[in-house]
Amino acid sequence: MPTVHFTNQLARFVDAPTVSVEGATLGEILDCVFWDNPQLRGYILDDQGAVRQHVAVFVDGVQLKDRSNLSGGVTAEAEIHIFQALSGG
Amino acid sequence: MGENIYVGTRKGLFVLGRNGSGWDIVETKFLGEPVSAVFADGGVTLAALDLGHFGPKLWRREGDGDWLEVKTPAFPAKPEDAVDDPHPWSVGRIWNFTPAGSNGALWAGTMPGGLFRSDDGGVTWSLNEPLWRMPERLKWMGVAGGEQPGLSSVLVDPSNPKTLTLGISCAGVWQTKDEGNTWTNIGAGFDNEYMPPDQRHDPIAQDIHQLAHCKAHPNVIWCQHHSKIYRSTDHGHTWAPLDNAKPSGFGFAVVAHPTDPETAWFVPAIKDEQRFPVDAKVVVSRTRDGGETFEVIGRGLPDRHAYDLVYRHALDIDNTGERLAFGSTSGGLWVSEDGGENWSAPDCRLPPVACVRFALS
Repeated sequence: MPTVHFTNQLARFVDAPTVSVEGATLGEILDCVFWDNPQLRGYILDDQGAVRQHVAVFVDGVQLKDRSNLSGGVTAEAEIHIFQALSGG
Repeated sequence: MGENIYVGTRKGLFVLGRNGSGWDIVETKFLGEPVSAVFADGGVTLAALDLGHFGPKLWRREGDGDWLEVKTPAFPAKPEDAVDDPHPWSVGRIWNFTPAGSNGALWAGTMPGGLFRSDDGGVTWSLNEPLWRMPERLKWMGVAGGEQPGLSSVLVDPSNPKTLTLGISCAGVWQTKDEGNTWTNIGAGFDNEYMPPDQRHDPIAQDIHQLAHCKAHPNVIWCQHHSKIYRSTDHGHTWAPLDNAKPSGFGFAVVAHPTDPETAWFVPAIKDEQRFPVDAKVVVSRTRDGGETFEVIGRGLPDRHAYDLVYRHALDIDNTGERLAFGSTSGGLWVSEDGGENWSAPDCRLPPVACVRFALS
């Protein structure tokens, strides 16, 4: 099953442990994660379901370019990392 | 609870309480996180966070209970045919909370200009769809360094809570008389001097920094406009410029006396690009004659080398009209107990201040 790792920075607000869930696309995988952890959804996605501007998603080391398109296929062994993009002060 | 001041800053929420003759911080929360709006009415406290990475968030506390995160106001799904919409259908920042006039009901103003309502004390929220789905909304312009319009002011008529008056940067003044089912862009007399000549007086092109009304005489509304200060005595339909404002007519914040329609306070700055106090001296400007004349007051405020700017929601007044408080971009915080004549600073050096609110009692 694909595995999703979240930045530790989220722990200040919401539980976001590493999880392995079923899914053939990034969107399906995230839906699965948020089904179990609905509070987490708004930290990663905006109101329209796009990845937030200052959140970075990597699938097997490749950064997601189109934030509003989560329909790309992923392998059954995919490693997905969700980080915060650097910003602020 | 009526004796608390809530200060939202770039790095957390600070609650001040009475300490003998002065004020002191009695609680800190959300340290390190930007707090964009706060509300407290003695029963419910709300704090909106503006997380740089993870978006806007809303936290809520009942009485002295624990803070709990509640669902953030959110837009419905963007229609597929809305491809030309210049504004995101996603809340960027919660900017203010206003009691809606009935038990537990609240309005929230946001960027990109969505107005949300809660009927359960802030637990759940829904978008006011008539305002957001108006074709005219596509003409609204961005503000505050962003691309998004900002719904900065929500005035609820105390005598008729179905009448709301909104101030939006930059979309002018909008009013409903049926609790948000229909909206009208009002505001004759404004002059937005940074617009092209043929649009300077267009009501939708007005940069309303902040509105404040006299609660006992809600037909009287004060406007800190980008260009200058204005006053309306007909519930926002027509506006007269107050050209005698001093030391300047530029600023962001305004508060009105709750019962005296002739009195209001402002915190002026040099317009426009510089945006710091005139002569680097923090002052409050007060009129007590409907804007005919202004007094520059503020004993106890920094009078040299002070570069404090005061944002829209960082000045507040309590229900007596005697107690005021404001905070600045330099982290200054001052409280007056005598209508702004004398000010004292609590013993703290705060992060940049976004909002200052008295607990409503």
